[in-house]
Amino acid sequence: MSEVASIEDIEQEIIDDFSLFESGNDKNFYLMDLGEKLNPLDAKYKIDENKIRGCQSQVWLISHAEGNKIFFEADSDSDITKGLISILIRILSNHSFDEVIKFNLNDFMSRVQLNSFITQRRSNGFLSMVERMKKDALAYKAKAQS
Amino acid sequence: MIEHTAIQNTFDVYAIREQFPILSREVNGKPLVYFDNAATAQKPQVVIDALVNYYSEYNANIHRGIHTLAEEATAAFERTRDTAKEFINARCREEIIFTHGVTEGINLVASTWGRQNIKEGDEIIISGMEHHSNIVPWHMLCSEKKAKLKIIPIDDNGELLMNEFEKLITPKTKLVSIVHASNSLGTINPVKEIIDIAHRHNIIVMVDGAQSSVHLNIDVQDMNCDFFVLSSHKIYGPTGVGVLYGKKELLEEMPPYMGGGEMIKEVTYDKTTYNELPYKFEAGTPNIGDTVAFKAAIDFVNEIGKDNIRKHEEALTKYAMEKLSKIDGVRLIGTAKHKTSVVSFIVEGKSAYDLGVLLDGFGIAVRTGHHCCQPLMNRFGIPGTIRASFAMYNTKEEVDELISTLEKILKRKR
Repeated sequence: MSEVASIEDIEQEIIDDFSLFESGNDKNFYLMDLGEKLNPLDAKYKIDENKIRGCQSQVWLISHAEGNKIFFEADSDSDITKGLISILIRILSNHSFDEVIKFNLNDFMSRVQLNSFITQRRSNGFLSMVERMKKDALAYKAKAQS
Repeated sequence: MIEHTAIQNTFDVYAIREQFPILSREVNGKPLVYFDNAATAQKPQVVIDALVNYYSEYNANIHRGIHTLAEEATAAFERTRDTAKEFINARCREEIIFTHGVTEGINLVASTWGRQNIKEGDEIIISGMEHHSNIVPWHMLCSEKKAKLKIIPIDDNGELLMNEFEKLITPKTKLVSIVHASNSLGTINPVKEIIDIAHRHNIIVMVDGAQSSVHLNIDVQDMNCDFFVLSSHKIYGPTGVGVLYGKKELLEEMPPYMGGGEMIKEVTYDKTTYNELPYKFEAGTPNIGDTVAFKAAIDFVNEIGKDNIRKHEEALTKYAMEKLSKIDGVRLIGTAKHKTSVVSFIVEGKSAYDLGVLLDGFGIAVRTGHHCCQPLMNRFGIPGTIRASFAMYNTKEEVDELISTLEKILKRKR
């Protein structure tokens, strides 16, 4: 199994990718491209239990743990939100519970200059998704320690 | 095609635009196209000036002050009441209660008239196209009083099924609270007919004028509604001010909404006697500056003329609907015969949120989502729409910009 890149390295790769775009809409279109490439979640998982309600777009998230690592899969009815999700999954999936718990979303979004998606556009369900990811990581960690 | 020549004889949209400073700004490197007027309208310079003038010249607390500033502020505040009375043709100024906006107006009536008059088993009727602000206060009241909320269904065009409305009425029905014009579909409801029918059964009627009062001539006496609510910020005025109109005899019977200063006649430790109308419902220091500036907004609208504005907006709406319906995959939501200047649509297979974000990237401000009308969106089986809503200052060129940008976005995605 190949070595998993550190969260810091993945973050830097994404920041470098996004630095190529000048206009906000180029970023938006890129996010949509990323969103379209995200593996769709099987319909059986798109149930209320896995749903994170945003005002404007909906997100479904599932996770599982292997050892002390957590893995995520998610989907949304919005391609832009899916793009944001795919970034998050790239950063956090296959990392330890503690890394997910201490992940600083505000700091990362500000460095990649996508902060508008967690400020004026809170309604897209993305922020709640990150909260759910951390909650899942906390739950797996508690279970592992018990 | 839009017939602009006829309109421009009496209505110069470009001269009007000059009076709205915000319209000259750029968003994301593009000239702003502001199509979110059903959420809030932009403010003309005269309204901004009125606010600045109030705070620069005569800011003071109103009504009981004996000094010059207090007298000037009181006079200006009360002049807005008189102007608002004329604006909706109320019988007298005591029927004009200042609120924070439509939401507070509806909550005020639910909490006072509602608590006083709705009993267990009673029924309240609303329509299937209400904003949450005309649903939730009645849910709260119905839950407290064990009353029942009934809904007038709508058809696929977004028009009320009037024969169904009559069937909903029973001897238990005490109130009909109905939106005059839908915020998400634009449908203008036949409120006069609804009021006539309801009154034949001795049912009180409240009309939510949030979306209608900026576009239509409002005559509460002719309409014969018992309550009518509006918000200043939808009528080119400041945020945080609204009017609750109520028939004087009803307002007099109602208990106060909030207790505090201003709404009292006399207070001892044993009891309080309440002030006269309209002050009985205006506890505490009101939003004086914004209320004062609201008058400037009404005067501005009156000067241009609602009929002229309506003609212009109707032409834009018809043009936008024609153009949008020609785009592959676009489905218009809300095709009632009588509409305000709201155009709601979806694009098959595309998320409204994504399109809204992308349009914003091109400087076009629209609203996306359920527009605080989740039950209505469920009726159409959609999570939400993209809504473009037009005001007096919007142009045919801006509609063209929306259409071409939308086409560009959709092409990029295909």
